[in-house]
Amino acid sequence: MNISGYAAIIFGSIFVNNFLLARFLGLCPFIGVSKRTDEAVGMGMAVTFVMTLASAVTWLLYNYLLLPGAETGHNIMSFIMGNEVNLVPILKNVSYILVIAALVQLVEITMRKISPALYRALGIYLPLITTNCAVMGVALLNTTDAPRRFSFVEATLQGFAAGIGFMMAMLLMSAIRERLALADVPRSMKGVPVAFICTALIALSFLGFAGILGAG
Amino acid sequence: MVRSGRRKKGVRLREELTKGIFKQNPVISLTPLGLCPTLAVTTSLKNGIAMGLAATAVLVSSNFIISSFKRFIPREVRIPCYIVVIATFVTIVELVMKAMLPPALNQQLGIFVPLIVVNCIILGRAEAFASKNTVGASLLDGIGMGAGFTLALAVISSIRELLGSGAIWGYPISLSYLPAAVMVMAPGAFLVLGLLLGAYNLVMGARQAGGKAPEQICLCCAPRRSEAEER
Repeated sequence: MNISGYAAIIFGSIFVNNFLLARFLGLCPFIGVSKRTDEAVGMGMAVTFVMTLASAVTWLLYNYLLLPGAETGHNIMSFIMGNEVNLVPILKNVSYILVIAALVQLVEITMRKISPALYRALGIYLPLITTNCAVMGVALLNTTDAPRRFSFVEATLQGFAAGIGFMMAMLLMSAIRERLALADVPRSMKGVPVAFICTALIALSFLGFAGILGAG
Repeated sequence: MVRSGRRKKGVRLREELTKGIFKQNPVISLTPLGLCPTLAVTTSLKNGIAMGLAATAVLVSSNFIISSFKRFIPREVRIPCYIVVIATFVTIVELVMKAMLPPALNQQLGIFVPLIVVNCIILGRAEAFASKNTVGASLLDGIGMGAGFTLALAVISSIRELLGSGAIWGYPISLSYLPAAVMVMAPGAFLVLGLLLGAYNLVMGARQAGGKAPEQICLCCAPRRSEAEER
């Protein structure tokens, strides 16, 4: 894998296939926590952090525990269960969500001990991230639903870049909503409805990136 | 006495079943939930209905199990317990769908079937309803909320399919204009949902005149202030 391949992953996850605006992953926090810029940045940083870690851990889980041994050649479970047993369709949902939930708890505990300042900034967002579609979504897109087999570095990089793309979209949205609070919007459209209309316009402008990476 | 009590109970149960359709519809409401699948798979009516039914099956089963076991689930670890129950049913539904539905449909739903695990509606109903109510009421609540979710997906997806590809359920409908492909792409989804929510607010606002524009609260995604301050 050369540098341009990595650049394609980064650019693709941030702009072309932005998790929020093109793939519809992580919309609840996007609408719920984007009223103020500082909150949006806090949430974005927490999500980026967890997505990077979750991508790395679920890639290891998928390739070294779930896949049948014959495909990777070095699967731990194949010593116990033989090479034919494919655990992926049965166990991927349960194991991914449990690993993500445990990871979020671990990050929360570690952060509280090591860096109370960082914990004060990101702490309240961490428990919510367990049920964030974007984290589970990037885990699936790195492993079972990947267009091709990703390497460990590629998977982690995609998690990190997707998190940065998420933070950028949150930041854009919060800046617009801070201005919208002062605008004279019809009463029935105030709040969430007009936020969605703005998102539609942002997504429309992001469609302009679609042609850049060949087939996208 | 007994008869009136029973009648009251019947009314209450009917209320649990029907509240999800309009009054407390999980998607088209003041506090929309489960937005990711709502916007991602509603490019055609067929996809929308399939997604709605899959989520309903998971919701009814998880409500049933969680309300049956509510006394044995310790409070501190209830959320992980709910998630494991939900993930198990999602796996079952996913395998059944892979076996029974056409491959093209499965491919279009893609990662959004496994992502039912993190759908706020299902975890929200487990936390807000099934963990506090009887098995029967929880089953009815699951069916009602699932029907409301399916209905919302059907409305959004038929609008998008009609405007975006000029068809309903795959059958072309002759229109006087060229279908606008942007409606089946990402911006169309946000636009349709925004306008629908606005229309809902208009109808509900007329009912509760003078009401303030409501705050957006997502049960599992937006931080709950009180909880944050407790720490």
